[in-house]
Amino acid sequence: MRTATIQLESLTCPSCMQKIEAAVKAVPGVDTTTVQVLFNSSKVKLDFNEAEVSVEEIENAIRRVGYEVQKTRVK
Amino acid sequence: MQRLILGAKDKLALASGLLIALAFLNRWTVGSGPLFEWALILASIIGALPIAIQAFQALRVKVVTIDLLVTIAVLGAFAIRNFEESAIVTFLFLFGAYLEQRTLNKTRSAIKELVELAPETALKQMEDGEFVEVDVEDVEVGDILLVKTGAKVPVDGTVVSGEGSVNEASITGESLPVAKEQGSTVYAGTILDNGTLQIAADRVGEDTTFGKIIELVEEAQDSKSEAERFIDRFAKYYTPAVLVIGFAVWLFSKDLELAITILVLGCPGALVIGVPVSNVAGIGNGARHGVLFKGSEVIGDFSRLDTVVFDKTGTLTAGVPAVTETKYYGEDSAEALGYLASIERESDHPLAKAVLEAIGDVRVFPVEATEVVKGAGVVATVNGRRVAVGNAALMERENVKLSAEAEDDLARLEAQGNSLVLTAVDGELKILMGVRDQIRPGVKAVLNKLKRLKVKNLVMLSGDNQGTVDAVSRELGLTEAHGNMLPEEKAGYIKSLLEQGRIVAFVGDGVNDSPSLALAQIGIAMGGGTDVAVETSDVVLMNSNIGRLPHALGLAKATARNMKQNILIAVGVVLVLLASVLWSDWMNMSIGMLVHEGSILAVILNGMRLLRYRLRD
Repeated sequence: MRTATIQLESLTCPSCMQKIEAAVKAVPGVDTTTVQVLFNSSKVKLDFNEAEVSVEEIENAIRRVGYEVQKTRVK
Repeated sequence: MQRLILGAKDKLALASGLLIALAFLNRWTVGSGPLFEWALILASIIGALPIAIQAFQALRVKVVTIDLLVTIAVLGAFAIRNFEESAIVTFLFLFGAYLEQRTLNKTRSAIKELVELAPETALKQMEDGEFVEVDVEDVEVGDILLVKTGAKVPVDGTVVSGEGSVNEASITGESLPVAKEQGSTVYAGTILDNGTLQIAADRVGEDTTFGKIIELVEEAQDSKSEAERFIDRFAKYYTPAVLVIGFAVWLFSKDLELAITILVLGCPGALVIGVPVSNVAGIGNGARHGVLFKGSEVIGDFSRLDTVVFDKTGTLTAGVPAVTETKYYGEDSAEALGYLASIERESDHPLAKAVLEAIGDVRVFPVEATEVVKGAGVVATVNGRRVAVGNAALMERENVKLSAEAEDDLARLEAQGNSLVLTAVDGELKILMGVRDQIRPGVKAVLNKLKRLKVKNLVMLSGDNQGTVDAVSRELGLTEAHGNMLPEEKAGYIKSLLEQGRIVAFVGDGVNDSPSLALAQIGIAMGGGTDVAVETSDVVLMNSNIGRLPHALGLAKATARNMKQNILIAVGVVLVLLASVLWSDWMNMSIGMLVHEGSILAVILNGMRLLRYRLRD
């Protein structure tokens, strides 16, 4: 399990948190209990299994619901 | 294509706005005609496009969003050929989103400014001895770094060579320059005002003090209270519920206009962001003023505070004894002062330093035949005279007679918590000094402000003797003060306060009193940006100065109040809208959208007020 912190463009709409959360949770290999969408700092934090999914796939899932990914850090 | 449309959202809003203006201009000049209708249709389509895309994107991940409600409402308006409403609703929705983005960035600005203080590059010494600019993430513990004048210190480290003065405002909140030389510790995020330093990296990145502060603030701004988590859960079902209700209304009443109006009115925007907006603005204000809150739960507890417990005398007092009062008896006082200084100069007694400081520069004499009387003082020959310096017991031993006046002074100073230093020359009392740990400057004003902020109980717990504790307590007007207390006893005392249902803040140094800090609802460690302070407390006062406490408390109260106002605005608006759609005839989709967007802006602007919050004197 690795932890990713994904910095997004600044989140402003009230419903975007739900949208991003659902998009990220739908990616297989993401530990759904760890997904956190942080509204004010506009970040997503999550744990994922790198054997099942790459961080790029997670980023793409976020892009598909319409949000720009600025920077990702994996620990 | 989708991204292109979403990226141009602001431009689309502008285009749609212009078309609407054109349409109405056309109606007022030549009356409604085909141009009026076509301009509005075009405006609706332009405006609805990005909204529909967003709705669709969300639907793919099985989330029903406001975008979907608005999209369906616009389609409904098209079905009943009400292009005026469809155009205005989409425009307002987009324009509102634009304003929200602008204002939200403003509310977040305080924290963003703090985060941007983080150093990004460092001059690192390479194997050939040259310094090369590298990304701060590439610095490892043990690397040697060069910091030039005006540059940010990139990591926590130790100065290996050079000297200079550093502005540590980002860590301590104090912008006074601090001198650094070989062996000094420097902190990441501080700025070298002048000089050049070479430092060895001790801690890097998130492990630095500044890194921890940033992490704390970043986490705090998004931390959620129980109430917020409830709102979030509620919002998840609320939007789909509005959709279902809209359909039900349409099925039963066959009134499509009413149904789509309900869809627009039901948007829960202000409720979802009202509390986070207050939270981020309040925490941002604190971060600017040297107060770090560890999240909204803390703000809630802190705002209801009724008891502040200060750990040990040193928090309220300077921790260094000083002379509070000097009394002279008989003649030749100046001479006696010189004798006193001569003896104290050679002493390493803790009170001697305070006495010398109070006397200042005087003529001193060689001291002979010094005799230390244990627990009483010193007797010596100075300038051929027998001088005794010590407490009342020493005077008795030396057969010094005390006048009634001196007896009174003695009793009074002792009652005020002073240690006494008496000086007798040739068996005659000349000087009486009261020495005591001093109240820190400004502490009294701080406590008065706390009282004005409705803190009912100000308690001091101390390991010092009860006499000293009582004296400090009386001078400061504390409600309770207990001396001779061990750390376990302090924790026990906090527990008993909690059992009485009090909301307790514990102010301690973060080192010896972690049990008490953890027990109290609000732990406040006075460690000045040190790790311990940051990790153990719920509220961190950055420069270790309790002068920030009233601002922290006032801000917590203002923030908690602000959150309640925002919830009230959000819920109130929805209720009024729903009521008016049922019982009034002036409500339609456009007005509904206007009020809805207006309420979102209202909660953001209300939250923004917190950025300017200052405690009134």
